[in-house]
Amino acid sequence: MTKSIHDWLFSILPEGIASITEMVLIAVAYLALFAIAGLYLVLLERKVAAWFQLRLGPNRVGPFGIFQTMADALKLVSKELTSTDRVDKFLYNLAPYFVIVTALLAMTIFPFSKQLQAFDINIGMFFLLAISSIGVIGILVGGWASNNKYALIGAMRSGLQTISYELSVGLSILTMVLLTGSLQLSEIIEIQRTGGWLIWQGHIPAIIAFMIFMIAGTAETNRAPFDLVEAESELGAGFHTEYSGMKFAYFFLAEFINMFIIASIAVVLFFGGWLSPFGITEGITWFPEVFWFFIKVLLIIFLMMWFRWTFPRLRVDQLLTLEWKYLLPINLVNIVFMAIVIWLNWIL
Amino acid sequence: MSKDQIIKSNFKTEEYFINMGPQHPATHGVLRLILTIDGEIIRNIEPDLGYIHRSIEKMCERDSYQQIVHLTDRMDYLSSHINNEAVCLVVEKGLEIEVPERVKVIRTIIAELTRIASHCLWWGVMGMDVGALTTYFYAFRDREMINDIFEETCGARLTMNYNIPGGLMFDIHPNFVKRVKDFITHFKTKIPEYDRLLTGNVIFQKRTKGIGILTKEDAISFGASGPVARASGVSCDIRKIHSYSAYDQVNFNEVLFTEGDSLSRYKVRIQELWESLSIIEQLIDNIPEGDIKVQTKAVIKLPKGEFYQRVETARGELGVYVNSTGTKNPYRLKFRSPGFSNLSVLNKIAKGYKIGDLVAIMSTIDIVVPDIDR
Repeated sequence: MTKSIHDWLFSILPEGIASITEMVLIAVAYLALFAIAGLYLVLLERKVAAWFQLRLGPNRVGPFGIFQTMADALKLVSKELTSTDRVDKFLYNLAPYFVIVTALLAMTIFPFSKQLQAFDINIGMFFLLAISSIGVIGILVGGWASNNKYALIGAMRSGLQTISYELSVGLSILTMVLLTGSLQLSEIIEIQRTGGWLIWQGHIPAIIAFMIFMIAGTAETNRAPFDLVEAESELGAGFHTEYSGMKFAYFFLAEFINMFIIASIAVVLFFGGWLSPFGITEGITWFPEVFWFFIKVLLIIFLMMWFRWTFPRLRVDQLLTLEWKYLLPINLVNIVFMAIVIWLNWIL
Repeated sequence: MSKDQIIKSNFKTEEYFINMGPQHPATHGVLRLILTIDGEIIRNIEPDLGYIHRSIEKMCERDSYQQIVHLTDRMDYLSSHINNEAVCLVVEKGLEIEVPERVKVIRTIIAELTRIASHCLWWGVMGMDVGALTTYFYAFRDREMINDIFEETCGARLTMNYNIPGGLMFDIHPNFVKRVKDFITHFKTKIPEYDRLLTGNVIFQKRTKGIGILTKEDAISFGASGPVARASGVSCDIRKIHSYSAYDQVNFNEVLFTEGDSLSRYKVRIQELWESLSIIEQLIDNIPEGDIKVQTKAVIKLPKGEFYQRVETARGELGVYVNSTGTKNPYRLKFRSPGFSNLSVLNKIAKGYKIGDLVAIMSTIDIVVPDIDR
């Protein structure tokens, strides 16, 4: 389908304008995906929370509450943007865009299926790491510019947390990159077509890397049990205490998009991206491979939601202890272990 | 130079004030804590009271004794039945009337159900304060059953007003015994579930073990009572040492721990759930037949003198002091509320810990702000 649009555009328009139009189309498609993914992950979270908590969850707006988050978003859009007099206006207004734009940028390079990939850059994994570390600047700036002590504490915690856990995310990805020998996402998936999913190929070190990645990834997205940045029982609402309306919604949606990104990285790196399990739909040409990608992503997101609704929150010093005293040393040893595994060719 | 000195000489650091409350999710009501904070570490805590002061004690001076009972619901609203009972007991003491056995037993059963309901709510909120939101709904599922029993018994779920001086307002509902038994069988399977969900969790243990230690000496000198004091090894269960109602007819253990940290305060309450269940089990089959009240005069006048009665609410020792001049109103009425004394230990035990710890310590103290302010 994408190819036919491409051919049609180039046949009726001059080359330059056609490529610009194509880019705009891609951007619009991604924005739509972004909005839908964000909104429906919020709904999913509320439903999952309800299942864990003996409740029904949203069920009034539309069947099973499917329009609930749409209504919420409409409400947030129509709300007045209030702020206190003492905020740093420029930075205060800038902060939400930092968070949302980085989340959106990271989405662009994922291979949802073999054909559905906007940019297949050869340093994909590196790009993801680089982009995801910019998001925290938005949180820091937002907390700082709010001129609110609770927001400031939240922002400082966020800085601590992201700087620490980025190491673990990076190193666990590096462990897997040792195995694949490539940073390009489409290539990483191609490798798994023949040899089985990477978590299977890399066996013990890969499983350790996956566990570390999930812990650190949950921490990166500032979700419970690492939600010290918001910590509603300690800090009210943390860094976004002073935000209202759509600016608050940007922070809120970005959290869910980031969750989607972390889950997508996990799927690409460990679970074969859009490849079907055991190749069951390999021969079926009409079967949309994107289905497998989303199913896997949703399963991992469900796992992260499970964490959130079960575990209590860590304290800030325990958070750092966990990273610097446990995860990081384990991770470093794991990389060496993985290197030995590859060197001796123990790959399954 | 030590590490601290190096940091001091290179970076300018300042302590700063932060207002926790009156609108804050962790203060459980309109309590304001003025915190002095150094980064994340708490240097000083100053509770600022009075945001929900309704001068209940003064109002009592113009009310009749029957009316005072209704006011006490609004103090510690989670132990409303036990508060009512305290006032009724002091009036009965003043009038020198002995209530029928049936009244004593029913009062005790409902008081223990109240204690379970209160501890359930505390458990749910405790989980929420340390960040595990699911506990709240589990606890409310079970608390709801108790509230339904209360509703059937006396028409109210929270502010019960079931006690009147001289007995009970109505007899129990015919379903009462069956429903309480159902609840006991249900709840016995649920307390282990509480343990699996929260008590055994590694993060929860790390958050509470060895945090906010209250020594036995401090507990006594601050006048702490209830689970807070019992977690520090102070034996202070009024049900044991000044037995009232039907508590002398039952066997139960006073739960004592010696560590005095947040985790032992938590464990005391979980153990008390079991003890309360056992008290109810012992009494529920043996509710004696008889009257449900001793008829008092329409206008109760206590004789001239001073009267005092202590009861054990879910939070600790509630004392009611009545100074009567022989009229239909008390000359002075004073409540010794458990929450006030228990809150006063906060600065002692939470200093030097982090904000997250303060929240956990606050919820193990289990304050109810209207009880502190009155």
